[in-house]
Amino acid sequence: MEFNTNFILGCSAIGAGLAVIAGIGPGIGQGIAAGHAASAVGRNPGAKSDITTTMLLGQAVAETTGLYGLLIAFLLLFVKPLI
Amino acid sequence: MRAGILLSGSADVDFMIHGIVKYSFFGHEVWITTTHVCLLIVMLVLIGFSIAAGRVMKRAAEVPDGFQNVVELIVEKLDGMVDNSMGRSAPGFYNYVGTIFIFILFSNISGLLGLRPPTADYGVTLPLGLLTFTLIHVNQFRFQKPGVIWKDMCSPLPPWLPIWFPINLISKLAVPVSLSLRLFANILSGTVMMALVYGLLGKIATVWPAALHVYFDLFSGAIQTYVFCMLTMTYIKNAIGEDN
Repeated sequence: MEFNTNFILGCSAIGAGLAVIAGIGPGIGQGIAAGHAASAVGRNPGAKSDITTTMLLGQAVAETTGLYGLLIAFLLLFVKPLI
Repeated sequence: MRAGILLSGSADVDFMIHGIVKYSFFGHEVWITTTHVCLLIVMLVLIGFSIAAGRVMKRAAEVPDGFQNVVELIVEKLDGMVDNSMGRSAPGFYNYVGTIFIFILFSNISGLLGLRPPTADYGVTLPLGLLTFTLIHVNQFRFQKPGVIWKDMCSPLPPWLPIWFPINLISKLAVPVSLSLRLFANILSGTVMMALVYGLLGKIATVWPAALHVYFDLFSGAIQTYVFCMLTMTYIKNAIGEDN
C-alpha cells in the first residue's frame, strides 16, 4: 500500500511535468502576436494604443490552452485524484 | 523529506480553500469557506463604495470635484468601453458589463490586501461564465428568428442536413467553460506562485515579492478582467446579430 501510494505520487509528478509542456504553444503564439504588433506599430505609430489593446486581448485568449495544461498539473500535484 | 514538500502541500505552502463553519443542508455537509468570507469582504467594499457614490451623485455639482470626479471617471470609462465594442446595442449592457468588470477587478486585486482572491475558486468563476452564457442565448432568442438560429447551428452545411449540429452545440457549451476556466486558472496560478514564494522562500522574501504582486495581482488581474468583459461583449454582440 505504501509503495503503491508513493509510486502514484511519483507518476503524478511526472505527469504534471509533462502537462505543463503545453506551455510551449502559448509561448510561440504570444511571441507571434507580439512580433506582429511590433511591426504594426512600426508601420503605423499613431495606432499604438489600439494595437496594444488588441495584442493583449489576443495573447490572453491564446494563453488559455497553456493554462489548461497548468490546471491539469495543479490537479495532479495538489488534488491528487489518482490516490 | 524535503523533496516531498510540494506534493504534500505542507503547512508552509498554503493556497488552498479552507472550511470555516460546517453546517448541514438537507443532509449534505456544506462548508462556509474562506472564499465566502473574501467574497463578503469584496462585496461590502463595493456596496460601501456604491452607497458613497450614490450619496455624492444625489447632490452632484455642476463642476465636479473630488470624489464625484472619480465616480464620473469610472462610469465614463466603463460606458466608453462598452460603447466601443458593442456599438448601437451598448446602452442595454452598461449595467451588466460594468458590474462584472468592477466585481472581477476587485476580486482579482484583493490578493494585494492579503485575501485569497475569490476568483481563484471555480465556484465563483463558473457562475460568472454561466451568467454570460444565459445572457448570450437570451439575447439570441430575443433578436434573431428561430429559423436563423437553426441555420446558424448547422452552419457549414445547409439547414436540412444537421450533421454539424452536435459539434456546433459543443462549441456553444464550451463558451462558459472556457470563459470561467481562463479567469480561474490565471488567478489561481498567481495565487499558487505567491504561496510558493512566501512558503518556500519565507526567510528571504522581504521586499522583492512586491514586483511579483504587481505582475500577478495587478497586471494579470486587470488583463483578465478586461478579457472577460471583452469576450462577454463580443459574444453578446454576435448573438444580437449584425442588422440590429
